[in-house]
Amino acid sequence: MRNARSLIRALPVSPAVVLLVLFLGGPIAYCAWIAFTDLQLTGQAEESFVGFDNFRTAFGDEAFLNAVWLTLVFTVVSALVGQNTLGLALAALMQRASKPVRTLVGGIVVTAWVLPEVVAGFLLYAFFRREGTLNTLLEWLHLPTQNWLFTLPILAVSFANVWRGTAFSMLVYTAALGEIPKEITEAAEVDGAGGWRRMWHITLPMIRRSIGTNLMLITLQTLSVFGLIWVMTRGGPGGRSQTLPLFMYEEAFQKSMIGYGTAVALLLLVVGSLFSVVYLRLLRTEV
Amino acid sequence: MPVRPTASLPTLLAVTVVAAGGLTACGGGSGSDPDTVKVSFKQSTDNSIKVMDTYLADIKKQFEKANPGKKVEFVPIKAPDSEYYTKLQQMLRSPKTAPDLVYEDTFLINSDITSGYLKPLDPYLAQWKDWDQFIDTAKAAAKGEDGKTYGVPDGTDTRGLWFSKDIFDKAGLPADWQPKTWDDVLDAARTIKTKVPGVIPLNVYTGKPVGEAATMQTFEMLLYGTNDGKADPLYDKSAKKWVAGSQGFKDSLEFVETVYKEKLGPDVSDALDPNVMTRVRGEWLPQGKLAIALDGSWLPQDWLAGSGHEWPEWSEELGLAAMPTQNGQAPGKVSMSGGWTWSIPAKAGNPDLAFEFIKTMQTKANAQKWYVANSGIAVRQDVANDPAYIDAQPGIKFFTDLVASTHYRPAYPAYPMVSTAVQEAMEGVTTGDLSVDDAAKAYDEELRSAADDQVIEK
Repeated sequence: MRNARSLIRALPVSPAVVLLVLFLGGPIAYCAWIAFTDLQLTGQAEESFVGFDNFRTAFGDEAFLNAVWLTLVFTVVSALVGQNTLGLALAALMQRASKPVRTLVGGIVVTAWVLPEVVAGFLLYAFFRREGTLNTLLEWLHLPTQNWLFTLPILAVSFANVWRGTAFSMLVYTAALGEIPKEITEAAEVDGAGGWRRMWHITLPMIRRSIGTNLMLITLQTLSVFGLIWVMTRGGPGGRSQTLPLFMYEEAFQKSMIGYGTAVALLLLVVGSLFSVVYLRLLRTEV
Repeated sequence: MPVRPTASLPTLLAVTVVAAGGLTACGGGSGSDPDTVKVSFKQSTDNSIKVMDTYLADIKKQFEKANPGKKVEFVPIKAPDSEYYTKLQQMLRSPKTAPDLVYEDTFLINSDITSGYLKPLDPYLAQWKDWDQFIDTAKAAAKGEDGKTYGVPDGTDTRGLWFSKDIFDKAGLPADWQPKTWDDVLDAARTIKTKVPGVIPLNVYTGKPVGEAATMQTFEMLLYGTNDGKADPLYDKSAKKWVAGSQGFKDSLEFVETVYKEKLGPDVSDALDPNVMTRVRGEWLPQGKLAIALDGSWLPQDWLAGSGHEWPEWSEELGLAAMPTQNGQAPGKVSMSGGWTWSIPAKAGNPDLAFEFIKTMQTKANAQKWYVANSGIAVRQDVANDPAYIDAQPGIKFFTDLVASTHYRPAYPAYPMVSTAVQEAMEGVTTGDLSVDDAAKAYDEELRSAADDQVIEK
């Protein structure tokens, strides 16, 4: 009797569960399987199971290690440092700014965010290239120019990601700062705490959870950035801006090594979860 | 009362199985409509170039008129070469997405044959008398290792040196320039560099951003001119092994290094820009900013009327020279050939109709129209001998004559990876990140893993 009732109760959610299993669980399981085979896009009649070979190849592959390193640089520079601090700074400054300034700055930042990734990529390609806007500006200031996409590709794409993604952090922090009760800040002000001290001792501890959430979200977003870098540099020159998603694309679709590419994708997933674990711990500890 | 997940599990499983079964069982194939033939081809990424679109639209009209009740549906893929292959291969994997007819680069055809993506055409070809008109080397281009033929070539191409007569004049170089050795080419570039500042002396494609163009238009044009002209310097056909550690390989890399180290080529950052091919044809050559270009026979299709950047004067302003062998050894000149073929996917729904479409495309008149339209080199004897074809465009005779000293790539399944390894080595010496020796060593290592150790030291 009880069984039948539970069954009936489970019915309404079952379509959703079936869809999840089919369209989410299925492909993920299939991917995990492919990562242990030597499946190719072309040039092979049948694939076979190769165990951990793909993973062994990855860790012995200089290009892979280079991509891991660049992914870390890209994530730390553009997400953790760039987007995060700039977003917080903008949110803090805008709290004090007049309404027109707030609307204008917010409008510009959010525009960068809503632009499609590829469009943003082309804009920044035009900004950094040799005949681009940045060099025109530098020339006007009588400063030396260079082809930024060629000399400092990973920093150029990191800057592009900061430009594009800061809006998200800014919005998160604007909401968080808005929830700090005015009395607390005012009390601190009365006690003689300056701006920096208020920031350090009151604001930051109070928005700690938002910081953790924000860091987690922007890290995961940044780890999977592909279009922006592809449009600006294609991972070049000489692999100097080839992050893991680009490396994965090249192995899977250009060299047609789907099995190996998928193994790299799984490793990227591991990198993402490592970051997540760190942030989750950050969220849990009490001050 | 909480719902126990175990209670509903059997139901869920049952529903899942039924749903999954339904999904996989409904692969109807591209031939769901037996009267429509679906044709996939590579559409130019340059919107102003409609050569193929125009030609195919004309064939479609002829085909639909000659076969009442039948329809042609185009499935164009608009992408750069390397992404076109990827997209096509994904489509060929499943009967739901496989078109009835595809445009295959001979670069990848063997790879796709090995994968079982294509259908052997021998039964069709046996009953098609026009097939006898195709020259033997072209027939071989679409042959699998099993000896069966998997595609009908629609032309080939050759490669050589294009040069600006105007810049040559300013540099004091002859208008009938024909270098005898690599050094002659480099010396001409050096002369231009000193005497005509502000122009790019010599363009050779390099690095991964341009993909196969770097391997074939530059590297193999050099490599196949390094040895005696008989043995294949990339793949030993008798031993069925890839060649590693050859001096010719290093010499070819050194040529590329010299071009970029001595700043005889475009700025390295321009050379590694993925759009450099478009710039060479659309900007640098027509605007007189580039003196010598090592490039393919098809360039004039970008300059035809209606292309968006017409340049009918090119035949007066540009000279043509064959690429010399390294030290002028016999046969004195070198060229590489490739080209594309029309193939029928193994999972095509309407293969018979698809072959009818090939036949319409490959009547003598239509084939000739196509060679002229895309600046292709004829693979049909009857067209090659037709004065109307030879005179249709300046340069056609020059490039058709190169067919005698041309080479085809060893397009075996490992080739795409070997090609990428070549591009990486080239990019290394172009940027100056790697010395020639280190780049060659890195290539040898990549080669071993790409070719499953089927490698021979030379």
